[in-house]
Amino acid sequence: MALDILLLSVLVYIVLWTVMTTRLLRSVMGLALTSVMLTIIMFRFNAPLAAVFELSVCAGLIFVIFITTVSFTQRVSKERFEVRRRERFEKFWALPIIIILAGAFLFQVNIPLNFQLPSVISSYSVNSVLWNFRQVDLLGQIVILLAGAFGVVMLFKEKGK
Amino acid sequence: MSADFTQLFSLYSVFIVLVLIAGFYCIIASFNLVRALIGIEILMKAVTLLIIIAGYVTNNLALAQALVISLIVIEVVLMVVAGGLILWIFRHNETIDTRKLNLLKG
Amino acid sequence: MASLLLLLPLLVIIIINLPLRGIRRTAIWFAGFICLLQAALVLYHPLQSWSMLSTFMETFLSFKISIDSLALVMLLCIALVELTAILVANATIPEDKRKASFVNLALIILIGMNAMVMLSDLFSIYIFLEIVAISSFILIAIKKDILALEGAFKYMMLSAIASVAMVAGLALLFMLAGGTSFSAIHAALAVSSNSIIAKIAIGLFVCGLFIKSGVVPFHGWLPDAYCSAPTAVSILLAGIITKISGVYVLIRLVISVFGFSAPLQNILMLAGIASILVGALAALVQSNFKRMLAYSSISQVGYIILGLGCGTPLAIAGAVLHFFNHATFKALLFTNAAALEQRLDSVDMDKMGGVAQKMPITGLTSVIAFLSTAGIPPLSGFWSKFMIVLALWMAGNHLLAGIALLASILTAAYFLSMQRRVFFGKMNPSLGSISEASPGLILPMLILSAIIIGVGLCFPFIIGKFVLAFNSIV
Repeated sequence: MALDILLLSVLVYIVLWTVMTTRLLRSVMGLALTSVMLTIIMFRFNAPLAAVFELSVCAGLIFVIFITTVSFTQRVSKERFEVRRRERFEKFWALPIIIILAGAFLFQVNIPLNFQLPSVISSYSVNSVLWNFRQVDLLGQIVILLAGAFGVVMLFKEKGK
Repeated sequence: MSADFTQLFSLYSVFIVLVLIAGFYCIIASFNLVRALIGIEILMKAVTLLIIIAGYVTNNLALAQALVISLIVIEVVLMVVAGGLILWIFRHNETIDTRKLNLLKG
Repeated sequence: MASLLLLLPLLVIIIINLPLRGIRRTAIWFAGFICLLQAALVLYHPLQSWSMLSTFMETFLSFKISIDSLALVMLLCIALVELTAILVANATIPEDKRKASFVNLALIILIGMNAMVMLSDLFSIYIFLEIVAISSFILIAIKKDILALEGAFKYMMLSAIASVAMVAGLALLFMLAGGTSFSAIHAALAVSSNSIIAKIAIGLFVCGLFIKSGVVPFHGWLPDAYCSAPTAVSILLAGIITKISGVYVLIRLVISVFGFSAPLQNILMLAGIASILVGALAALVQSNFKRMLAYSSISQVGYIILGLGCGTPLAIAGAVLHFFNHATFKALLFTNAAALEQRLDSVDMDKMGGVAQKMPITGLTSVIAFLSTAGIPPLSGFWSKFMIVLALWMAGNHLLAGIALLASILTAAYFLSMQRRVFFGKMNPSLGSISEASPGLILPMLILSAIIIGVGLCFPFIIGKFVLAFNSIV
């Protein structure tokens, strides 16, 4: 229980840092760190396949994509940077306060979880679930990867080539 | 539902809501397109965690992991396409400041 | 037969992307053929040879897909609008390579939408919904002008927020039900219907669907996306994508999974009426043809949601018929917009006037579409609006029925104003010498007008059978 609270608090802290930091590259690094935290939490819940997938795909690929995109932005001068930092602070100072207040409020609220848990005794492994029961999902993933491939071809081409 | 699971779910759901609030704030209050994307990423990670919790509580982690895997694939393709759009907006405008994107009066 | 509708377009995509010489030129004919095939399969339902082929396929793959009468109507809509979009793209996109790009994505959207109407598992529907959404972002931005990129980005932001809301609702429903299929969730909601988690889950999911369908108050992205996309893409967006991703899923869920609870019905009816009024009032003041059509779409989707909210079989039958009608007349109107764009290079209504003298077929078909939208008998639009208003009246919602009827007058008003400004009235001297639209555009216009008139005239004969089919679903 205490470990849960610790992991979740670290997660929320990293998310806050990602949102509030001034440098864009640090924001992207924060996003990768969020993926790592999520992976740790998923391992804790005994969901190894999803955790490894998340770590490899998200923390790796999204990092690469963002770095590529972010590297197209300009470099800012020192003064502009200070101006931006002050602007950011003015806009975002409310966020940690909102988070803390919301957290305190939600911990008090007692939502009656009066629903009946389904009596599911499933001893399937993830592989058999994906292959035998959810083949349409696999077709969907193939099609969405195709769509992504077409998108990359069409969007990353130079104009007029 | 056993008390143990109830407590776990309540705890996790509070933190998930906090992360969702942070993500929404990031999207609404940022003037930079890439930050809006980061906000969407944060939101999707929060709901990924929610699916895992739901799977743990109903003892159906196999299905939950299958859902999470599909969701991650969707997320990646969305980010790639979004990155492509931002790239082209940058090539047109030389900036990714949303205050300069006001051609559409919607 | 059902899995063929998913696998054949995939096969065609693979074929047209093979590195063979000259295959790109045939891409568009392949795609048109697939759409015609789908329309034919729906209309002449079971063919002997098809069922043999599909049982052969079922030994390898087991997709849990099923087609009922609602799905059949949707499949016909999809086939018609895709065919129109492909014909318009053939006429308006100049080079073959770009036509092939459009066709690739249009076929992916076809797979996505076919799957959505045939599946009965909530998460699988979500996956294909995302497929359709992502392909539509790429298609909107395909010409890479800044207006389209902005429209695509705005659409993408709101669509991603809607996706997050839907997955959150889905996760909570998964927790209640232990699975994500319709039957599991329906059973779970029947057991624990007064739990607040169930209400939050349903609320989140319905909010996500409202954003996707462009219902007030979540309609902000719609005019920009429709207006800045290339017109062939607008046809797909307005005629099919918004409606199937949002409205069809809503119809299917409310009927089969969530059930008609009183608060849900009230929310649907309220959202419907608000959309009707906001769409109609905003369309009155537009000067851009495509933007006016976008607001008109918001208004018509409001009618469908209103019918759904009412809940009686007559109302739902009216809503589904209006779905089909809206697909046909909106596709026709956007085809007219494509013709105007092709000949006049602009869609600014202030620059037009008296176009019908030079483009008679375009003018005539736009009048047919307008009469159907406003609900003038004996065209198809009249029947669907009549059914919705009648069902509302019979269910006791006299005020809403009255407002819906009055909104028809608003619809007629903005369309009359459009007709006067664009097609009829004094001819704008700056128009010079323009000719009728190219035959590639005239063909879909004539097909769609024939369908609108045909459905309108034949409807009294099939109305009994139509409503009866919906009795079995509700």
